[in-house]
Amino acid sequence: MNTLQQIRFFWKPLIFLLCLLPAVLVVTDAFEITGRLGANPVEAIQDRFGNWALRFIMITLAVTPLRRISNWNWLPRFRRMLGLFTFFYAFMHVLTWFVLDREMRLQDIIEDLTERPFITLGFVAIVLLTALAVTSFSAIRRRMGKRWQALHNMVYVIGILGVWHYWWQVKKDISEPLIYAAVLAILLGSRAFWRWRRRPQLAQ
Amino acid sequence: MLIRKPGDIRPSEITSESNYINRRDFFRAGAIAGGSLIASSGIGAVIPDTRLAKLPNVAKSTFSTDEAPNSFEDISTYNNYYEFGLDKDDPVVQAEHFKTRPWTIEVSGEAEKTGTFDFDAFMKPFDLEERIYRMRCVEAWSMVIPWVGISLAEVVKHFNPTSKAQYIAFETLNDREQMPGVRRHSLDWPYREGLTIAEATNPLPILAVGIYGNVIPNQNGAPIRLVVPWKYGFKGIKSIVKIRFMSTRPKNSWNMAAPREYGFYANVNPKVSHPRWSQARERRIGAGLFAHKQETLMFNGYGEQVAYLYKDLDLRRNY
Repeated sequence: MNTLQQIRFFWKPLIFLLCLLPAVLVVTDAFEITGRLGANPVEAIQDRFGNWALRFIMITLAVTPLRRISNWNWLPRFRRMLGLFTFFYAFMHVLTWFVLDREMRLQDIIEDLTERPFITLGFVAIVLLTALAVTSFSAIRRRMGKRWQALHNMVYVIGILGVWHYWWQVKKDISEPLIYAAVLAILLGSRAFWRWRRRPQLAQ
Repeated sequence: MLIRKPGDIRPSEITSESNYINRRDFFRAGAIAGGSLIASSGIGAVIPDTRLAKLPNVAKSTFSTDEAPNSFEDISTYNNYYEFGLDKDDPVVQAEHFKTRPWTIEVSGEAEKTGTFDFDAFMKPFDLEERIYRMRCVEAWSMVIPWVGISLAEVVKHFNPTSKAQYIAFETLNDREQMPGVRRHSLDWPYREGLTIAEATNPLPILAVGIYGNVIPNQNGAPIRLVVPWKYGFKGIKSIVKIRFMSTRPKNSWNMAAPREYGFYANVNPKVSHPRWSQARERRIGAGLFAHKQETLMFNGYGEQVAYLYKDLDLRRNY
């Protein structure tokens, strides 16, 4: 097997299963096989999916800087899968809110979206993330041409919205949102840095 | 449609506070004279200093709800007690070695009787009662907890506040050594809470020292904490070391931290929404993953006993 085949038939399925593990643990914890969801399982499920969505967007955004530092040029081959896992966990987070927390009551949902700014932010983020997920197929990418990259640059905005959403949701202690914000700042800052270094030099 | 359960106590059963106190005196006299209709021992509250030890001489109370209490596990593992960590499963771990003896309570301010009392001496004049109360957290979840405690109205009466006393203020222990959360500036320590004297002399509030008939676990506010069942849970200040009778309104910690979100009164009110949580409905802890939320009741269902306290107050502004 050449390297590409190894990635396709070994590493990708392995990483896929690994990425699925947090979701599997939610289910096995719910049945108290691997752990517990505690006294308030709905809250626990919602928080876990939300946290994993944030972690996955950080992991996805780490691909490019990591490749630049390490020269592991095979890394971007995992980017789409990681991005789709971000969408998966964010979607499960929203689904938990919609079905288990708000119990699909339209009035409650509208109240949340209009009166709670952190939920408005989160909603904008999931709408954008859905747009990226549905345009992630190669065929659509080809058909969209240059506009595809323009759209997918929204991932930076989604990252900021996601962290902001968490920051505003936290009741008092912002230490965890602060960690995500710091990681995001490094990931976005490194891009700004490379862009600045590669800026066209004026002839002396 | 909201089908309201009948209240725990009919209006005909509650009269004025003075009649209430008279009634208690009457019961106590009867218990001493004739024996034990009410299990008042006459020797006062004696609290063992052994962890989770059984509390002796606990009387039942007509104020208890007949709703099924939450499991001891839910009550003792899902706690908001920021001095012992910010996540709800932190306090059960971080408060494990918390020392609740020796413990003193300083009573000060506008009262005839003041001073610093050893915990046992503080408890001695009062009788233990079981009060099974609904507990509604501002975070839109609720529990039913079988507290054991002493009537706050009795405590207030005992220290005999002067006519200047309009409020009663409480403070939690502020110990950097024992409380890891205090080392972080998540709130302006020590934790502070307060009630009006009228609220404090209502028969419902208790100073709780037990749960399920045993000494209260550390993570629930040992050795002594406030329980005010018609208010959001954050009013229930834990591990109390100071009580002060005041002529002016005391500060309360969550109001200091976010005045637009948390008021002084903090009465459970489904009509006043919170910026983070709709207060219209609540999730009963322990009801299971797919259980529906239930409607939140005005004053957490204790309106018949407490609505008179707020008849001249705009509850939308005084949230």
